[in-house]
Amino acid sequence: MSENLNTFRTQVRDWLEENCPQEMRSPLRSEKDACWGGRNFKFQSEAQQVWLQRMGEKGWTAPDWPQEYGGGGLDREQLKILQQEMARINARGALYSFGISMLGPALLKYGSEEQKQRFLPPIIRGEIRWCQGYSEPNAGSDLANLQAPAVDKGDHYVLNGSKIWTSYGDSGDWMFCLVRTDSDAPKHQGISFMLFDMQTPGIEVKPIQLISGRSPFCEVFFADVKIPKDQQVGELNKGWSIAKYLLTHEREMISWTGLSQSGTRSVGETAADTIGTRNGTLDDSILRADIARFELDEMAFALTIERARDEVKAGVSLGAVSSWFKFFGTELNKQRYNLLMDISGSDGLAWTGEDSNDGKLARDWLRTKGNSIEGGTSEIQLNIVAKHILGLPG
Amino acid sequence: MALVLNEEQEMLRDAARDFLGNRAPLSHLRQLRDSGVAEGFSPELWAEMADMGWAAIIIPENYGGLEYGYTGLGLVLQESGRTLTPSPLISTALLGASALILSGNEQMCAQWLPQVATGEKLLALAFEESAQHRPADVNTSATPEDDNYRLDGSKQAIIDGHVADAFVVTARTRSGEDPNEGVSLFLVPKDAPGVSLKTTELLDNHRTSKIKLDGVLVNRSQLVGPLHGGCPVLRTVLDRGRIGLAAEMLGIAEETFTRTVEYLKERKQFGVPIGVFQALQHRAAILFGEIELCKSVVLKALQAIDEDSDEVPVLASLAKAKCGQTASLATAEGIQMHGGIGMTDEFDIGFFIKRWRTLNQQLGDSRYHLDRFAKLKGY
Ligand SMILES: Cc1cc2nc3c(=O)[nH]c(=O)nc-3n(C[C@H](O)[C@H](O)[C@H](O)COP(=O)(O)OP(=O)(O)OC[C@H]3O[C@@H](n4cnc5c(N)ncnc54)[C@H](O)[C@@H]3O)c2cc1C
Repeated sequence: MSENLNTFRTQVRDWLEENCPQEMRSPLRSEKDACWGGRNFKFQSEAQQVWLQRMGEKGWTAPDWPQEYGGGGLDREQLKILQQEMARINARGALYSFGISMLGPALLKYGSEEQKQRFLPPIIRGEIRWCQGYSEPNAGSDLANLQAPAVDKGDHYVLNGSKIWTSYGDSGDWMFCLVRTDSDAPKHQGISFMLFDMQTPGIEVKPIQLISGRSPFCEVFFADVKIPKDQQVGELNKGWSIAKYLLTHEREMISWTGLSQSGTRSVGETAADTIGTRNGTLDDSILRADIARFELDEMAFALTIERARDEVKAGVSLGAVSSWFKFFGTELNKQRYNLLMDISGSDGLAWTGEDSNDGKLARDWLRTKGNSIEGGTSEIQLNIVAKHILGLPG
Repeated sequence: MALVLNEEQEMLRDAARDFLGNRAPLSHLRQLRDSGVAEGFSPELWAEMADMGWAAIIIPENYGGLEYGYTGLGLVLQESGRTLTPSPLISTALLGASALILSGNEQMCAQWLPQVATGEKLLALAFEESAQHRPADVNTSATPEDDNYRLDGSKQAIIDGHVADAFVVTARTRSGEDPNEGVSLFLVPKDAPGVSLKTTELLDNHRTSKIKLDGVLVNRSQLVGPLHGGCPVLRTVLDRGRIGLAAEMLGIAEETFTRTVEYLKERKQFGVPIGVFQALQHRAAILFGEIELCKSVVLKALQAIDEDSDEVPVLASLAKAKCGQTASLATAEGIQMHGGIGMTDEFDIGFFIKRWRTLNQQLGDSRYHLDRFAKLKGY
């Protein structure tokens, strides 16, 4: 370990000590604690707002993005140190952002200089919240079948059609959207990637309730929505490459649900607390074996993510391997919540009431069922592994 | 006995299927939930079910019952798993009625069973003292006082406790080395002084309650089963209950599976029905087989109760574990194979996984019964 990195670690530690508010040094208690930023975001506390501001200014909401756009400019080793130091004090992420985890990397690779200057800094500062307009009723797994037509009207496009399952479509400020710009070309070759403000006239958003009783996803309808031409990213009709590149980042992000959150009790510890131990071992041998199997995979997975990240350069996508990560990470998270529900016994069945924090565990458990669907289903991820990593025909 | 239904049983099943399908399909549960009906079920519908004799299926004829046996009740429960129709079938017609039938307390049976059979009186089994299923852990005490016992303690996860007219409560009448000894069962009316109740709404829109027993006096005549000998009675009641719950989970698995296979034929992606993809075909085929296994197990277990076979405990654990696992798989695959729409509340498939979750937990989850199965098999 070089001396530079040690110095860097000390600097990070000192900076966090000084700048991370005490309240932000504990795991999220509920979804509501997550800071998503954006124009209409209501901060839960001053600490949350200050934490975002400081991290945003430092560029550490996007630690490995170039400094010229407001990012942290950290290399792989430095990034790891920042993550370790944050985990050490249980610091919460200052910003949860589709702009950072999905759109940013695509803009860095495919955006024009002007687009990078315009969109990246507000993403880093958490000023604009993004939502993802990919899926349509008949374009889910077969995403390239998307139809929403954007017609060239000289200095702008006019968008019609609709999107579905748009997460946070009702709280997003802007959408990154896949649209059809050539309906005669083969389906992968007539798609373009566009950005627009959700307040543009002609956009209607209808929330859809999830089985967890929460409503973070929406149906979005477009009626003659005007999109200025400078908000189209990359080459016209070549949006599919951008879409796929962005998906690899999305999948990597979703796969992190497979990692245990620092500062929270592990599944095994939770079981020991709830069910009790006898002579130091969990008082339920079958559950104990199931938990051990799970935690073993959880550790192996964390190490594999670490290895993969060490192998690629900072900010570079993992490519098709991200599909395997997405598959495995989401299956792990589903298992985690199945186990947590099992461990909780009859208490975990509660849906309302203070004792259960309004059924938080049951609702979280139900929500995990969507992990292996959102961002491309498990089946699609395995198809990608078979085809693009193993080179199997089909 | 052959593993097929007799004519009477087939008629009962068909009648149940017709009635539930027409009068109380899944939209009935949705409506109860959305309008916040406090009971979690429709008392009017329960009266209709009782008119059809469903509250009386296992009750002997001399107490106003039909004496059709557990196989009959199991078939109705299986059908109610397909429509997810909420009702006190499990709490009262299965668990409560079983406890009284097995009590040997003729006076109590004569007093309660006729009104249970007509659906007028509801019962609830109050035996859990922790969030885990541990029927032998009984800390509630029953102290003799003249002709009475004085009950102190608390119970939780009581199915339909909020509407029960009386609770069948486990309490320790004698403490000793063996936790299975010295437990007695008492029938405690809901309005007995010292009983307080708190109800929780569950994810499947059913309700369970906690009760506190604070110096509740019950007369000796209210013993359900022998003094100090309540555990064997409770075990038998629980095994019969487990088999009933397994039957409902089988119904859940069947219905989710049917709907999912339909969807595989309907939904198109990549220009073809998604059922074309072998990744899905094989999983559906595997699930088909798992459900076939469950059908055999549930029928055998129900018949075993009616034959009063020694195999009931093993079959109960087999049925509860197997149906729990299969319904888990069927409901999870149901959501996964529906994709995004499977995650929406507007679509029905999610209701099945919620109900499965509750049934799987109640009276011991799959792991509990794997372990018990192994113990009963002597390893
Ligand atoms: C919680 C949640 C949040 C979401 N957020 C967003 C969002 O913000 N933006 C957005 O654009 N979309 C979002 N989605 C949509 C998501 O990307 C799609 O649901 C997903 O891609 C699947 O598409 P579908 O729902 O049409 O299912 P379908 O494609 O109809 O799939 C149904 C089933 O068929 C299987 N299947 C399909 N094709 C194959 C094949 N070739 N081989 C084997 N099996 C196959 C699928 O795996 C699945 O099991 C979200 C979804 C969920 C559940």
